Amino acid sequence: MSYFSNGAWWWPYLFILAAGFAATDVWRFLGVYLGGKLSEDSDILVLVRTMATALVAAVIGNLIVFPGGALAHTSLVLRIGAAVLGFVAYLLSGKRMVIGIVAAEFLLLAGLYLEF
Amino acid sequence: MSISIPDTQLPRSTWFLRGVGSAFSLPGLILVSSFVGFAALAKDAGVTMAQAAFMTGVVWALPSMVVLVGAIVSGVALPAALFAVTLSAIRLMPMVMALVPEMRADRTRQWVLYLLSHFVAVTSWVLAMEHLKHIPRGMRTTYYAGLGGTLVTTNIIVVTAVYAVADALPSTISAALLMLTPMYFLTSLWGSARERAGHIAMVLGLGLGPIFHVLLPQFDLLAAGLIGGTIAYGWHLWRRRKARAV
Repeated sequence: MSYFSNGAWWWPYLFILAAGFAATDVWRFLGVYLGGKLSEDSDILVLVRTMATALVAAVIGNLIVFPGGALAHTSLVLRIGAAVLGFVAYLLSGKRMVIGIVAAEFLLLAGLYLEF
Repeated sequence: MSISIPDTQLPRSTWFLRGVGSAFSLPGLILVSSFVGFAALAKDAGVTMAQAAFMTGVVWALPSMVVLVGAIVSGVALPAALFAVTLSAIRLMPMVMALVPEMRADRTRQWVLYLLSHFVAVTSWVLAMEHLKHIPRGMRTTYYAGLGGTLVTTNIIVVTAVYAVADALPSTISAALLMLTPMYFLTSLWGSARERAGHIAMVLGLGLGPIFHVLLPQFDLLAAGLIGGTIAYGWHLWRRRKARAV
């Protein structure tokens, strides 16, 4: 039942439709249906948002600590250092995403060229 | 924007094209760069070019797509992948709920809103919440169709293009591309948090994700989301009670 478990060409597409399309658009459609009926500040929505935020943050943490591909060959200290300093640059620049992303990428590349 | 012709007299096609134009902006550019990162991630996971393009079109929510690819990599079964992605996508509901009253006019048909809701993801939402108030109400759905449609189409092309050139890239560049996705989310998630509890949830998730990756490899994301989210929510309730007591 995993993504690569079935050799049929359509299986990955079915997997994406069920676990990707249905799993996301159900919330979008529910949002249209409920639009205006439920207050955005209601407690249940706060809980829903904190859970979703923690889950996506867990993905970010895993992408930095346990990356794949070419990033896996870099040192953990360099990746965490680049991410933390990039995030600090983002905060100091008045929450400008570009600054944070460019700073982190610059540090990562500089570290790689210096063979850190 | 033109000042000589009143906005209300401009034809529908003009508003559609203005929506298209608003996709070509700084947030749009950042989104493109994060889709470059996503394509590198998906290719690395063994997802084919056609499957990645399909995923971009039908899912259209980068956090959920990254969770989906994470589930593909760890080889979890369909129900577990569906559960993790469903949990990651909950945040789309309050976003759509906030956008619908902005977009709806008296004569807007319900199916148009359901159709357009598919375009809702962080970038198009931020742009729409910023621009829609300057668009005549009757033209807002048209404007959003231009904006959302352009973002989806552009990024399907971007994903395809990255697959085509990825093998020719030096490993340093590949590493830098794979770093784009976490940095994009690290900054956008922090910026889009509505309340302090969101920031706490984010810090907890960042730490709990790798910890549960080692302890509970099959359920790392779910465990981090449920536990981190509940603690942050508990903090939210505790702080409110304290604020009331003072």
